[in-house]
Amino acid sequence: MSIKLNALFSDSYVDVSQYRDQHFKGNRYEQEKLLKQANTLYVGNLSFYTTEEQVYELFSKSGDVKRIIIGLDKVKKTACGFCFVEYYTRTDAENAMRFVNGTRLDDRIIRTDWDAGFKEGRQYGRGKSGGQVRDEYRQDYDPARGGYGKDSIGWQVIGIVAFKGNF
Amino acid sequence: MSRRRHSDGDDGGQSHKRRRTSEPVEIEDRLESLICRVGEKSTSSLESNLEGLAGVLEADLPNYKNKILRILCAVARLLPEKLTVYTTLVGLLNARNYNFGGEFVEAMIRQLKETLKANLYTEALYLVRFLCDLVNCHVIAAPSMVAMFENFVSVTQEEDVPQVRSDWFVYAVLSSLPWVGKELDEKKDVEMDRLLNQIDGYLKRRLKTHVPMLQVWTAEKPHPQEEYLDCLYAQIQKLKKDRWQERHILRPYIAFDSVLCEALQHNLPPFTPPAHMPDCQYPMPRVIFRMFDYTDAPEGPVMPGSHSVERFVIEDNLHNIIKSHWKERKSCAAQLLSYPGKNKIPLNYHIVEVSPLLLHTKEFYQLENRNLVHFHSSVFCQVIFGELFQLPCPPHIDVMYTTLLIELCKLQPGSLPQVLAQATEMMYVRLDTMNTICIDRLLNWFSHHLSNFQFRWSWDDWVDCLALDADKPKPKFVKEVLEKCMRLSYHQRIVDIVPPTFSGLIPADPIFFYKYQDEANSALPGYAVAIAVGNAIKNRASNEEILTVLKDVPNPNQEDDDDEGEGFNPLKIEVFLQTLLHLAAKSFSHSFSALAKFHEILKALTDCDEGKLHILRVVYEVWKNHPQMVSVLVDKLIRTQIVDCAAVANWLFSPSMAHEFTRFYVWEILHSTIRKMNKHVQKIQKELEEAKDKLERQQHKKQKDSGDEEDMEKNSEDEDGQLEEQIERLQEKVESAQSEQKNLFLVIFQRFIMMLTEHLVRCETGSVDFSTPWYKNCIERLQQIFLMHHVTIQQYMGTLENLLFTAELDHHILAVYQQFCALQL
Repeated sequence: MSIKLNALFSDSYVDVSQYRDQHFKGNRYEQEKLLKQANTLYVGNLSFYTTEEQVYELFSKSGDVKRIIIGLDKVKKTACGFCFVEYYTRTDAENAMRFVNGTRLDDRIIRTDWDAGFKEGRQYGRGKSGGQVRDEYRQDYDPARGGYGKDSIGWQVIGIVAFKGNF
Repeated sequence: MSRRRHSDGDDGGQSHKRRRTSEPVEIEDRLESLICRVGEKSTSSLESNLEGLAGVLEADLPNYKNKILRILCAVARLLPEKLTVYTTLVGLLNARNYNFGGEFVEAMIRQLKETLKANLYTEALYLVRFLCDLVNCHVIAAPSMVAMFENFVSVTQEEDVPQVRSDWFVYAVLSSLPWVGKELDEKKDVEMDRLLNQIDGYLKRRLKTHVPMLQVWTAEKPHPQEEYLDCLYAQIQKLKKDRWQERHILRPYIAFDSVLCEALQHNLPPFTPPAHMPDCQYPMPRVIFRMFDYTDAPEGPVMPGSHSVERFVIEDNLHNIIKSHWKERKSCAAQLLSYPGKNKIPLNYHIVEVSPLLLHTKEFYQLENRNLVHFHSSVFCQVIFGELFQLPCPPHIDVMYTTLLIELCKLQPGSLPQVLAQATEMMYVRLDTMNTICIDRLLNWFSHHLSNFQFRWSWDDWVDCLALDADKPKPKFVKEVLEKCMRLSYHQRIVDIVPPTFSGLIPADPIFFYKYQDEANSALPGYAVAIAVGNAIKNRASNEEILTVLKDVPNPNQEDDDDEGEGFNPLKIEVFLQTLLHLAAKSFSHSFSALAKFHEILKALTDCDEGKLHILRVVYEVWKNHPQMVSVLVDKLIRTQIVDCAAVANWLFSPSMAHEFTRFYVWEILHSTIRKMNKHVQKIQKELEEAKDKLERQQHKKQKDSGDEEDMEKNSEDEDGQLEEQIERLQEKVESAQSEQKNLFLVIFQRFIMMLTEHLVRCETGSVDFSTPWYKNCIERLQQIFLMHHVTIQQYMGTLENLLFTAELDHHILAVYQQFCALQL
């Protein structure tokens, strides 16, 4: 009765991703250990207008939520499109990875990932302009995330010059 | 791949080297992988894959026999949807190696005994079925299988055992017959007839008290909600009438008949069902969920009814696929869609259940392969919703089903969304007779589903609900759905998505009601203090300072010259809490911070039961338009021990909340409260167990190390003493927690009984029909308490029966209790 046929019953939605927090205080091994035990999830691709209440409602579907920390623009101190969701148990967090990750909130496909645990300061975006890094250089227009990326104009200009140069 | 290892080293020295240094573990993993993956999509035929694998395994038997035995036993237990693939494999192995066949059968019997002892009844079922199919593969002799069945059925003659015990053994026999009925009937028809007669007799005298509690719909039409054993038996009877011709199961062993019938068979050793023990937990009975009608299509496809055995086999396999793959929604959806695999359903016998709403549409007749497509969509809906609505609880977490259906919609965009819409429509039409618990799950699913599809829905189709009273199921359902949708979005969004005619059902704007809002309220008692407290908080006054400010609040409960001191002062609570929550109304986080910061004050103000009740009332008063906020605040108040669980129960059942009694959020709060209580007890029990284990280990270690220096012994004695003290403390804690838990259930049940009795008496004296929508809701909510927390409640049955559910009770209320008892009888 001891065989569990691990080959067959994978649980890949719960696997730790490739992302590692560059600001983590500790080595890779420690970070991975925390990720594998974590009850906290990072949630990304939120609309800037998504509220704590909405996140609560959605993530409560996989278990009782202990707390939610909305990610903020470091300068403006307004929501900048991510948050942390902490559960009381790991099981509830795993179910969120299996059944909430990749579904929609405020009409956007959101993404969840394991987080080593909230620490003061991690609620701020790390982009130059104050928001998230991904919004610094984003080229597309996303009205729910402040429109164009902060520095996309710069990239567009470079693009035009390069294009002209080809003639 | 791995076959190269077994070739005669034609690669020269290299492969010899590789073979020698190949770790046994690697080979074992490869064996596991080979066995697990046989039967999956492949460029070769299943038969040739099985033939090849049998050859590989036969060659590996000398070195890896035990591993192969264990893997095969495991797939028999864990992969029922591939049963016949593996029985064929075992058949081939047995034909090549008789001894191995015998050892496998012995291992299976051992495994069966273990699973039964471990209360793993579903897995035991798969093992029994596997053994039966081995008869078809000439591994086990038919007469010995019949003998095992006879032993199973003889359990029905046992006295003083729970009905669910004999139920399982009968189910094990009946549910294996689609696979092996034909063979057994050919070889031992007299015995089989006798067996079925015995089963028939048992089913006739068996009690069915539990059925009403497990039915999704309370009406028999249009879909009878059959008890699971009755349904299966009807299916087997029909199969017998059809001379055991079963057309759906994939039987690879037929292709190998010439090889297999040369094999020698083994006899099953006599198998005595393990005796009943008090801690045996047999599976609960079920009611079969049916949602689509059996109708004849005007042209072509034959629709077998709910009593065709193919129906049983198909649904059983689909449930097994979900059970195996629920954690991985993409694989699960893919596996469901690729069922039944290469075995195409023959066009002249369609296992299709078509929704009558679809039948006469142009779209239906234009669909390519429409029968196959609709087989998928309709049967999926039935299987998935069947699980979601299963009582007492779904087999898996609710949200899994929502996500699985979304995946299926992605993979079958041309048919599943439409069938899903029709299923929803169908369930809406029948809301009047749907169990309240299932309505809860339906509206949770529906609102979450809509939120993934921009809330697009043909609301106008439901305009009939607007003409009905607000307390009727249909308008209530729509209202609760819209409220849930709002929680996942925002108020204006809901206003935008429904037609203007639905404005009466739109949820209220979730704003805060502050009593002391403006000058207009200055006449209210406590107004001045409210302003003062507000300022104090904004100026970051200390707790002492705020308490001083609050001293000025008069106590409406006390005489002016009453010097009894600080009794319960409802006005003080109101002034402080209204003001605090008003300042913190911006978000959940703000409110939680506020509660945490002023925890001391709140605790002081609510020291008694009346205080706790009042704090809950104030929370409701200010946030009555934002039920979600009320829920999360109540949750925090319990977790920070400002109120206790019984206070919440008393508050929800109090007259001041009577007008909210049928709202969904009230029951969310109550069940969440009960769950918190249960988790609290479990947590302390776990701590106690861990402390006891630690002590045991320590003492065990001491025994082993005895003879060491005196110092060591003295230290460990101290340690022991500390641990024993800790255990004693924890023991007290557990007892106190269990007492609180029991009290909570007593309070809840008492309240239900009071409310229901009052209603029934009032109706009787007034000569009106008691069966109002309120009554249906209330009695089903009572059922829900039993069903959702049955494990915990079992512990307190004695008290419940002696104190509350006595014979004097109105029989309508008592019936609920009796049905609950019947679930484990």
